[in-house]
Amino acid sequence: MAIGRQGTGSSPAAGLLQRPQGTSGIASWLTTVDHKRLGILYILTSMTFLGLASVEAFIIRLQLAAPNQQLVSPDVYNQLFTMHGLTMVFLAIMPLGTGFANYFVPLMIGARDLAFPRLNAFGYWIYALGGLFVYTSFFLGGAPDAGWFAYAPLTSLSNNPGNGIDFYMIGLFIGGIGTLVTAMNLIVTIFSMRAPGMTMMRMPVFVWMILVTAFLIIFAFPPLTVALFQVIMDRTFGTLFYVPSAGGLPILWQHLFWIFGHPEVYIIILPAFGVISEVIPTFSRKPLFGYPVMILSGIFIGFMGFAVWSHHMFTTGLGPVANTAFSLTSFVIGIPTGVKIFNWLGTMWGGAIRFATPMVYALAFLFMFVIGGITGIMLAMPPFDAQANSTYFVVAHFHYVMGGGALFAFLAGLYYWFPKMTGKMFSDRWALASFWFFFIGFNMIFMPQHFAGLMGMPRRIQTYDAGLGLEIWNLVSTAGTFVMGVGMIMIVLGFVHAFRSGEPAEDDPWDARTLEWSTSSPPPHHNFDEQPIATDRDAWWAKKYPDLAHADDGSAYEGIDFDAGGIHMPGQSWYPFLLSFAVFIGGYGVMYDNWPLAILMGLVVVASTYGWAFEGVGGHHVHPRSSAQEGAGD
Amino acid sequence: MAGQAPSVGAPAPAQSHGWRSSTLPDTKLLMWIFLASDVMFFGTLIGTYLIYKGRSIVGPYPLDVLDIPLTTVSTFVLLMSSFLMVIALHALRQGNIPGFRLWTFGVAFFGAIFLGFQVYEFRHFVELGLTLDRNLFGTTFFVLTGTHGVHVAIGVLWLLSIVVASYVRPQHWQAKDATYLEVAGLYWHFVDIVWIVIFTLVYLVDFI
Amino acid sequence: MPMTQWLRRAAFLVGGMLLLGGCEFTGLQSTLDPAGPIAQAQHDLLIWSYQLSWIVMIATFGVMAYVLIRFRRRRDDPDRIPAQFHGSAPLEIGLTIVPVLIVIAVAVPTVRTIFATETRVTPEAGDVIVNVTGYQWWWRFEYPELGVVTANELHIPAGRRVILNLDSADVLHSFWVPRLAGKRDLIPNQNNQLWIEAPDPGTYYGQCAELCLGAHAYMKFRVIAESDAEFEAWADSFQTVDSRAVQGDPDVQQGYQLFATKGCTNCHTVQGYRDGSSVGTPDFPNLTNFGLRTTLAAGIVPNDRENLEAWLRDPQAVKPGNYMPALWQEDDPNADEEIAAIASYLLSLGAQSGPEAQASLGGSHGDR
Repeated sequence: MAIGRQGTGSSPAAGLLQRPQGTSGIASWLTTVDHKRLGILYILTSMTFLGLASVEAFIIRLQLAAPNQQLVSPDVYNQLFTMHGLTMVFLAIMPLGTGFANYFVPLMIGARDLAFPRLNAFGYWIYALGGLFVYTSFFLGGAPDAGWFAYAPLTSLSNNPGNGIDFYMIGLFIGGIGTLVTAMNLIVTIFSMRAPGMTMMRMPVFVWMILVTAFLIIFAFPPLTVALFQVIMDRTFGTLFYVPSAGGLPILWQHLFWIFGHPEVYIIILPAFGVISEVIPTFSRKPLFGYPVMILSGIFIGFMGFAVWSHHMFTTGLGPVANTAFSLTSFVIGIPTGVKIFNWLGTMWGGAIRFATPMVYALAFLFMFVIGGITGIMLAMPPFDAQANSTYFVVAHFHYVMGGGALFAFLAGLYYWFPKMTGKMFSDRWALASFWFFFIGFNMIFMPQHFAGLMGMPRRIQTYDAGLGLEIWNLVSTAGTFVMGVGMIMIVLGFVHAFRSGEPAEDDPWDARTLEWSTSSPPPHHNFDEQPIATDRDAWWAKKYPDLAHADDGSAYEGIDFDAGGIHMPGQSWYPFLLSFAVFIGGYGVMYDNWPLAILMGLVVVASTYGWAFEGVGGHHVHPRSSAQEGAGD
Repeated sequence: MAGQAPSVGAPAPAQSHGWRSSTLPDTKLLMWIFLASDVMFFGTLIGTYLIYKGRSIVGPYPLDVLDIPLTTVSTFVLLMSSFLMVIALHALRQGNIPGFRLWTFGVAFFGAIFLGFQVYEFRHFVELGLTLDRNLFGTTFFVLTGTHGVHVAIGVLWLLSIVVASYVRPQHWQAKDATYLEVAGLYWHFVDIVWIVIFTLVYLVDFI
Repeated sequence: MPMTQWLRRAAFLVGGMLLLGGCEFTGLQSTLDPAGPIAQAQHDLLIWSYQLSWIVMIATFGVMAYVLIRFRRRRDDPDRIPAQFHGSAPLEIGLTIVPVLIVIAVAVPTVRTIFATETRVTPEAGDVIVNVTGYQWWWRFEYPELGVVTANELHIPAGRRVILNLDSADVLHSFWVPRLAGKRDLIPNQNNQLWIEAPDPGTYYGQCAELCLGAHAYMKFRVIAESDAEFEAWADSFQTVDSRAVQGDPDVQQGYQLFATKGCTNCHTVQGYRDGSSVGTPDFPNLTNFGLRTTLAAGIVPNDRENLEAWLRDPQAVKPGNYMPALWQEDDPNADEEIAAIASYLLSLGAQSGPEAQASLGGSHGDR
């Protein structure tokens, strides 16, 4: 909360940290507040975690390739699948969406950064350090092992001594702070920093989906934060929240977790829907079919996302009335999702479809998300769920929607926006070849898992017996990991090669529709030389092809010099990183009951907060149109 | 804001730079959104308290320890602090800097008194045998009211910092900067409202 | 390029259909091979939704395939911008109605089945009641009306309803015997109920379906449905149990003694082990009539001499993570003999129940 004010940032109080101004080197990355740099940091960090989670998955699949294997002990196996799930959900897929939001929301709405640039940086660092915190568990006594949803009372101190669960609870607590503040930042940005002429109903669908997602985060993360806090209290101070012998109710954890956990999957998928809603229109050369319906369905999905959580608890004995209620809400939430699929098809209908790599991934998304959605409807039937819950059928379902859905959609986004972010073009042929390995491998892994589940294979078992009919499904599934692995490596190599020596990319290589394509690739630090003005939905397309759009003429903003006095750009700062780092170290203090350390870090947090406030908004002015005038000072 | 074309020349509020598509200051919007998340946060803690109500296996039980008259006084003090907050904001908006400093300090002071009551109450409960790990009542009560107390303490610190800042950098605490006090006020009022809910559900409900 | 893509996609789909059609889905734990009314009802819902899903998939993927071919960019006019239409309200409404109808089609049988299978039932005459308690990593089955306490093997009369009261002594577990019924969780402080029925006699495989760490993967059980007469005989065998070893078999006698001296009685209950006092605690598997059981270590290996001796020698090798300690050091010279003796004793339990056994024991040792 700002106490200080807009100042020039060039006269810090004695003893406080100077605002750095370099643009290269490690310090410039540690102190950056540029949403584009932070977006890239998010993307690179989440891809790193994706790689780690893939390694964990690979070992899991090797272990399960044949019955009664003992490649890893049960204890290690439990850590592997727990970390795989935790990493994928919290550290890979969700932050990937955040990264795209960070990079592209300001560009798409014609703004120059997020509303609170330092807060944005803080959100990134606390995510990265929170993830690092959880991963140090492997070297500090063992990773968490109670599954990614950590059901009580398996997480109590008596049932789970050792620090693994503490890494889970404290690590996610830390990381969740970042998610929350970034969501708040994005909401303010979207409400308050849209370009002149860009009404809410002229915003790109991606921005709308991010807005809905941000609200979901605001309402969904606090219950998780409380639940994590309760378990930390149980394990550290002996409170009785989840102690059955004192009357504690393990089912309360499930309720709180899933009140968070179900909206979480919509937090993951809505940005993915947003990406698809940009890619498909661009590569069909038509506007999105049913724009208002797409927005409304997104909002409806977000809203309903809070009404379905107990479909994860159908087997816990809630009773037929509760099960019926949550079953019906879960069916209903499938309807707006189906509507979206139809609208994407309607966008392509009558178009001129180009099968560039982003489009191919988007089409794969459509295929696999429909499959995942169908198994989701099946699982929404409590009687069937009684058989399928906690089996590989569920594992197959959520991998189809999260992997085949969100991951493929984000890969479409990555290919779509790679030229914009790097100024380089990738090789379409290599990308398509890697796609086929990736896509076929993915389906080889997860389609058989439906059947393994139906044949009676529960989740989270490190081995299974011969003679139950599970062998073939597991073998094919493991074989698929090699195919998909080849695809993953090819994808990474393709990007690395393109980044190093790809052809220079144009500003608008795809003849796209939204404002990020109106500026250079990559965009300048200040995003746009001139403040863009929106005259219609698909603001950039309307500029390029005014005859094709129903644009207004923008005369309302004629003659206004929006950047009189120069474009104000935010200044870099050490405080976001410093504050995050203090929280990170403080986490270890709490973990090891090292209260002096925790308190010391708490004081650093307080001091950093004061430093941040007294540093003030700061910033400098940029004059792109005047001759060679860029830099600090005002 | 929804669906309207932003009007030409919408005055960019003093705290932000460049064009704004909303007349609501950024920090104020941020605070409202933060408070929305805090509603869920406290809602979950209160929900936990209510779910575990009556499920303690051993005592002390609420009726054994809660002191309604005492807590009524501390609640009144907190309510009065919110009133002072309104006066402080009004003073700053009028440019009455001494008044703004006095009343803001008053809010912090009353908040500190409330915290004093809380500390006394917690110690008294511990003496009566109610601890964090004694029973579900102890667990849920102390975590809920303790979290609220931490929120109050942060607010007290924040308001005192504002008062100090108004001496150290007076040029930044004039009438035009009232939004920054208003934002602190929003937080403070929220914390007060949460206490009203806690007071009702934890204290009064058992006795009425 | 797009043509081959569409062909590949079609091939994938068709191949998938063939695969499904040609495969066998019967299996010992298969949900696709129901053997009881609840599992049947759940299976029927699956098949119904599966059939509806083919409508959805054919429609959606069919349209998609059509669109990808018909509306792809033409090589001869690569920069053509097609008509920029934005939507169609009638189409939107119509397209929304279709999923609504499908949802209704799924929801109606779903709700019916929920109430048919998940409503809490009150026991009626003829029902068998079992209190199931989940432990890490085994199942305690207590028949309160029949005075039977056993572990890991649930005998039930075929064709009669069995009401299971589910509780857990430690962490979450889940009772799942796929061919008979979907699962229900065992949650401490919460008494869940599941009822099952097996019309046909047979053995049905079950497994814990909620992560309970340790030996979770090895926490299995068997449900043995048998005729009324067999079930009663089995239940009766727990009423007249005298486990103090069949006279005349020195191996068994030795095992009986070792069962105490090696400390087994500290944990395990064997009814009738000692006159007038019980041994063991309820928190460990009850070994009464152990010789009658078809599996050991919670349903994971057949109960025969070889497996039993391997288990006694090194429980961790059979079921990593379980709580049974290793009772013999690697170099213990007596290990082989003692293990064989205890195995003989355990396998004898249940063999001597019934009036014949009473007679052979000379009557005076009958324990009730």
